[in-house]
Amino acid sequence: MDAPLRLIAANPLDQLAKTVEALLVVASAPLTVAELAEAAADDPERVEAALGLVGERYREGRSGIVLERVAGGWAFRASREAAEACARMVEKPAQRGLSQAALETLAIVAYLGPCTRPDVARIRGVSADSAVASLAERGLITEAGRDDAAGGAIRYRTTPLFERVFGLESLSQLPRLDDLGGGVDEIRDRLHAVAEKRTA
Amino acid sequence: MVIVRELELDLDAFEGPFDLLLTLVLKDEIELRDVDVAGIVLAFIERLAARDELDLDACGEFLVLVSALLELKARGLFPEEAAELAELEPEAAAEELARRLAEYRRMKEAAAWLRERLEAEGDRYFRIGPAPFAPRVEPQLALQDPEKLAAALRLLAVPPPEVSLAHMALRFPPVTQFLERFRAVLRRRSRFDFDQEVGELSRVEQAVAFLALLELRRGGEIAIEQAAPFAPIRISRTDVEREDSWTLRSA
Repeated sequence: MDAPLRLIAANPLDQLAKTVEALLVVASAPLTVAELAEAAADDPERVEAALGLVGERYREGRSGIVLERVAGGWAFRASREAAEACARMVEKPAQRGLSQAALETLAIVAYLGPCTRPDVARIRGVSADSAVASLAERGLITEAGRDDAAGGAIRYRTTPLFERVFGLESLSQLPRLDDLGGGVDEIRDRLHAVAEKRTA
Repeated sequence: MVIVRELELDLDAFEGPFDLLLTLVLKDEIELRDVDVAGIVLAFIERLAARDELDLDACGEFLVLVSALLELKARGLFPEEAAELAELEPEAAAEELARRLAEYRRMKEAAAWLRERLEAEGDRYFRIGPAPFAPRVEPQLALQDPEKLAAALRLLAVPPPEVSLAHMALRFPPVTQFLERFRAVLRRRSRFDFDQEVGELSRVEQAVAFLALLELRRGGEIAIEQAAPFAPIRISRTDVEREDSWTLRSA
């Protein structure tokens, strides 16, 4: 198919915006530009432009519905103003009552994934079985093949739902690992001081 | 004497003498984790059992070799555990410990960041559901000749040949027929030989005849005697027998 021809065919952008809007209403998960372009049978560039129009219409504060860029795609959500009303009607099973162990496990899988339960256990120093099971049940992590090493433990990675629940456009929005772990140097110094005493 | 090194192995990962397996393992030419050590032990025990004598030298050598193999395999399965803190110098141990603590601390802070994020994003509500179904693609069939289909159906429509059950039919004559017959015989003679009487009949008829015998016996009309298993069965009228016993007693 010839892209320029269709541009001349004068399908106005606001028409495409309506189509994109409709597709987003029907979808139950964020749609990528590529997916929208395929369903709308139009060019990705024009879909991007149409998303701009739709986003303008569904801006926070302007409508009860908000268009957001999340989990590598685009999706509608309720406006923050309506959160209280929403809370009275719907439950949030994915993130309700996440334990500290589960959050630490989730962080490890998000940064190091795909990784195995032994990987998680090595970092946390305790078995990760129940935390991993709980996260998988919530749909925040999912199986991603098996480890190449001996034993072939199941590897896990975070899901698009994880990014959506935490409002991340992608995993690259997580803070850099190097920026985390303040005070590590102090611990190291203290450990070395103890070691010197033992050698002496 | 069982020579351990010449033990022939037939495993998934390796086929040949034990000695060669050891050489290949030590040269890293075969992955020890793929080697079924239990299979080696089984092969040795089978070999030992075949000899029917306990060869302690061979057992000792085998134990040493197999345990070495198991240790190698175990170490291979837990590569990280090779750097046990206990085996390190205090300086190195401190460094290793610091590295692990730093790693955990970073993840703990990442978890704290996630929790903050969750709280900040707590007022975002959206729809979660299973992915909607994509429209089904209609399969395009190649053009078909309806005559061919009809021919195929015609083949299937032919009724299968009737299976004959004639050989399975068993014709049972009525028991009464034999009751009458035996009573008639007994009116003429006081005793008769069952096998002689029914010898020319079919097996089924013989069986029914025997049922008739039992029936007569139950009614007390006859006495049945057989000297030994498979010996001829002799039938006699009971009134005759009674006469006999009476005669005996009176004699």
